[in-house]
Amino acid sequence: MDRYRNLFNRLEAKNEGAFVPFVMLGDPDKSVSESIINQLIDSGADALELGIPYSDPIADGPTIQRASIRALKSRITPTDCFDIIRNIRAQHPDVPIGLLLYSNLVLKRGIDTFYDDAAQAGVDSILIADVPLREAQRFIDTAQQHSIQQILIAPPNASDETLKTIGEKSSGYTYLLGRAGVTGAETAAAVPAKALIDKLTQYDVAPPLLGFGISTPQQVNDAINAGAAGAISGSATVNIIAEHVDDEPKMLAALDKFVRDMKAATAKAPRTGI
Amino acid sequence: MHKLETKFGEYGGMYVPELLIPALDQLEQAFIDAKEDASFQEEFFDLLKNYAGRPTAMTLSRNLVSNPKVKLYLKREDLLHGGAHKTNQVLGQALLTKRMGKKEVIAETGAGQHGVATALACALLGLKARIYMGAKDVERQAPNVFRMRLMGAEVIPVNAGSGTLKDAVNEAMRDWSANYDTAHYLLGTAAGPHPFPTIVREYHRMIGEETRRQIMEKEGRLPDAVVACVGGGSNAIGMFADFIDEPSVRLVGVEPAGKGIHTKEHGATICTGSKGILHGAYSYIMQDKDGQIEESYSLSAGLDYPAVGPQHAYLSDIGRAEYVAVTDDEALNAFKLLARKEGIIPALESSHALAHALNMADEAEDDTIIVLNLSGRGDKDLAHVINILGDDE
Repeated sequence: MDRYRNLFNRLEAKNEGAFVPFVMLGDPDKSVSESIINQLIDSGADALELGIPYSDPIADGPTIQRASIRALKSRITPTDCFDIIRNIRAQHPDVPIGLLLYSNLVLKRGIDTFYDDAAQAGVDSILIADVPLREAQRFIDTAQQHSIQQILIAPPNASDETLKTIGEKSSGYTYLLGRAGVTGAETAAAVPAKALIDKLTQYDVAPPLLGFGISTPQQVNDAINAGAAGAISGSATVNIIAEHVDDEPKMLAALDKFVRDMKAATAKAPRTGI
Repeated sequence: MHKLETKFGEYGGMYVPELLIPALDQLEQAFIDAKEDASFQEEFFDLLKNYAGRPTAMTLSRNLVSNPKVKLYLKREDLLHGGAHKTNQVLGQALLTKRMGKKEVIAETGAGQHGVATALACALLGLKARIYMGAKDVERQAPNVFRMRLMGAEVIPVNAGSGTLKDAVNEAMRDWSANYDTAHYLLGTAAGPHPFPTIVREYHRMIGEETRRQIMEKEGRLPDAVVACVGGGSNAIGMFADFIDEPSVRLVGVEPAGKGIHTKEHGATICTGSKGILHGAYSYIMQDKDGQIEESYSLSAGLDYPAVGPQHAYLSDIGRAEYVAVTDDEALNAFKLLARKEGIIPALESSHALAHALNMADEAEDDTIIVLNLSGRGDKDLAHVINILGDDE
């Protein structure tokens, strides 16, 4: 079952793009984290991008670093993360679930064991933030053996050679970076250059979701109208959790409003034509 | 795609965000081009000779060794400008920065030695330096913070994570991810993603090359062993590089055992043998059962790093180099001994290597020549050592 393809087909029929929030699994603890994720789905998230907390997240800015620290303080392990995902999957059989994490967590568990555990828990895709294309082959191979889609990153500075390889190897979706730097809402994403979107189309990469620096409905709308299949918003979502970390009902209400607003912005401009 | 080998056996590689790959490729290309460029080499060697003070002396110890069969030589990197070997490779990378048309330098520092070396090179060459340093280290190493600022560098305290060297590296990499177009990341040791381990080795390899010339001149033969301390491993790889293809020369790396390798407080990554990825390279690292990185510990800030350069991991695996660990207490004893017996105050880092070299000297049964890389001087450690020993020594 290819949940991403089904999702993109459904959205295409409705003339919409995807809104995909990111949160850290186990932030701030196991049970609240599960409520948060359920809320995101109930409020209209099309898919989920979920992090596994890590001690040294070099691709992340302060917001997501702090989410990792909160989760690690709650003693969340990768096994706890798979538990949460398993519970979510049981309640939501169709929503695509992606993991976003760092390589050492995969290596320490053993690459094959990690992918097997992820598949058993109901994960659709895995993105490893510190595995670039040229180190990715053994992860892609293992992913295929477990029917998991390995997500590849298309940075704004990617060479044609990189984009071509992504075209050959990508599945699920392509994580299109909205800008250089690390994750965070402090610096806004740029609207992807038409030239880059054209190249992605030319090299037939998996549908691009724009991430890094997405925090407003306008950005979601701009990204989708520029040709992205959707947008991922991490730090803005996590900021809401941080802001209301001691008041769960308020947190869930704020997340509900945020996701609804962002999702509402995924409607594409009406098709013009004859 | 790559002109240079990116791995040493299974170790090393480029485990960084895709975004940084073009910057690493650019660096690799600049390094290759510079090697072929006579004017680059000329400027580098001129700086090494007339600014930094190369070649450094090699001193035969007079009073340290009681075993009459043993000659212990000290390769005097402590005499280099800046007070440690680090100046060598920093000058090389600073010249590469200019060659790439970049005007800013990002660096990390633990105790501040690499930060000071970076600051001096940037002052000299007209580059703007910003140096990430764990907030705890900024407090502990006030004199080095002052030195860096005096030479015009911006020192940025890092509060994230544990506020020490590994977090400073993380922050430097994050900065570089946003600013690779204008800034070079001047990594301070023979670790990190390719091409850093190779560049750092090549820009320190004169340590071993000079040692070879000097020992041939004095003794007419190669040494039986060269000994160096290993944190990230830059001074050791600089000493080893020219001897790797000389099987008669034992290569001995000395890791920090801290309070003992059976405690959690040490930094002996190769000796304790847990493999993983940190800061862009696959190597031996300190981690828990889930793969979360653990803090290292050593009395010596320069060895206090929870990973090791990938070439050391490889040299250990193939049996070409041997790695041992020395505790804080053993290193402190060696520190005092060198001061008393030879009138040289060594860095606490180098004191680890010295402690093991002295053990080797005691145990030798045949005529033996040992060269110890005295990688730095101990002035920077005095305040720390006074705290431990009291000032009545």
